[in-house]
Amino acid sequence: MKAFTYQHADSTAHAAAAIKPGAKFIAGGTNLLDLMKLQVETPSHLVDINRLPLDKIEETPDGGLRIGALVRNSDLAADARVRQRYGVLSRALLAGASAQLRNKATTGGNLLQRTRCYYFYDVTKPCNKRNLGSGCAALAGFNRIHAILGASDHCIATHPSDMAVAMRALDAKVETVNGEGEDRVIPIAEFHRLPGNTPEIETSLKPGEIITAVTLPPPPPGVHVYRKVRDRASYAFALVSVAAIVDSTRGRIRSARLAFGGLALKPWRAPQAEEKLVNASADTATFNAAANAVLDGARGFGGNDFKIPLTRRTLHSVLAETTRT
Amino acid sequence: MDENESTTLEITRRTVIETGTTALLLTALPPAALAAGPLDKNEPPPPSAIVTLQINGRSHQLTLDPRTTLLDALREHLALTGSKKGCDHGQCGACTVLIDGRRINSCLTLAVMHDGQSVTTIEGLAEGENLHPMQAAFVEHDGFQCGYCTSGQICSAVGMLAESRSGMPSYVTEDLTHPVAELTDTEIRERMSGNICRCAAYPNIVAAIKQAAGTPT
Repeated sequence: MKAFTYQHADSTAHAAAAIKPGAKFIAGGTNLLDLMKLQVETPSHLVDINRLPLDKIEETPDGGLRIGALVRNSDLAADARVRQRYGVLSRALLAGASAQLRNKATTGGNLLQRTRCYYFYDVTKPCNKRNLGSGCAALAGFNRIHAILGASDHCIATHPSDMAVAMRALDAKVETVNGEGEDRVIPIAEFHRLPGNTPEIETSLKPGEIITAVTLPPPPPGVHVYRKVRDRASYAFALVSVAAIVDSTRGRIRSARLAFGGLALKPWRAPQAEEKLVNASADTATFNAAANAVLDGARGFGGNDFKIPLTRRTLHSVLAETTRT
Repeated sequence: MDENESTTLEITRRTVIETGTTALLLTALPPAALAAGPLDKNEPPPPSAIVTLQINGRSHQLTLDPRTTLLDALREHLALTGSKKGCDHGQCGACTVLIDGRRINSCLTLAVMHDGQSVTTIEGLAEGENLHPMQAAFVEHDGFQCGYCTSGQICSAVGMLAESRSGMPSYVTEDLTHPVAELTDTEIRERMSGNICRCAAYPNIVAAIKQAAGTPT
């Protein structure tokens, strides 16, 4: 690990103002310290934000929830309001990592976790995300876990979060503040960026901008499901995951929201697929049409070709489950 | 061999480790030498940080390179070698300890991040000669082979029971709105998935945890 200096922040404004070039916030630290040990991350200064009062979950006037950035993943998953009204979020959180990591990992940090691309982790290999212009070793390498949607010739990494996939289906908003004390609200759809030719820029956050909370609008009606397909039964990243909120009655779908993990460098929402489901009958033809819409433009890179049929089958299964009654 | 002789000859593995670590501490190496990960020799060590940790009920003040993980602080600075370094990347669970009663991976956190907090390690579970019910259950059910993952398994299982008793659901819990009535094998396996056992003593680990779950603590 490279040497760094360390400080605690007493207030959000103090934390944001303490970020100079080379400095990073640390909250749970479960991803940052892992990467620092490998020298993928080499901050010269760490600002510990764990003492900031951002660990509450509160009701909002419109019937939604405001989740402090430092609420731990385990506490968010176990919150009675989240379990009752936002089941897809609770399930997604419980599908992620291990209990030890969920006790440490925070809401804000989960959104900011870096990709699990093997070549991003291996500092001896080219990676445009780590070292812009060095190339992408995954393109012609071992790319079983890589993206089939929204990738570019510069980067085919995926975003590893489960929580963010559920939040994408729920139309969450990310609240931030910067060193000048200015607030900003970023819809989660605009928070994570696709790689394009700037894969090193992963989110729309500006330097020194700190996440203070994530807000959820009132829950949409329907059955909540989070289905995660992975290489072992627990404690593994998603190959494909689906967050679905589907409202149906007697075989007819009234509304549907679908977000996908493991497919792209951001939680992938598929509005065209949702349109195919609204006012349609819950049958194989409809599910096929939805899957075709999700996979429009999908491209495999060899090792991950299997993700295209796997996404189709997982979506079928999830839609059958959510429309069973 | 009489009793006295056996006492003088009883040099345990733990005695060797403790003596060795103390000798290392006495050589007054710069704190940077004990920090995690490879060091760059051209780089000056960063300023030290002073940290107070409540470990197994005792207060310890340490002067540390900020890079020192909680695991390295326990093992290398305090000779508490019960917590093990397996992968050092949060993937195996051998380093699991309890912070204010909650289980975490001590390899993926810095000691300076826990100033003033209470840490319970495997060394702090027993009361004198009386094993913690989870330790006793692991012995009774032979919940290990080589034993390297065991302290992490036991600390994790103690944290897991507290979680489940407070109503924490898991990924395999059928109904999120109702607390789990019983820790089935499936529930235990899912909740313990952050602890890997390379000897695959899983059936006995599950049996031990099931027994301890029925014992009030």
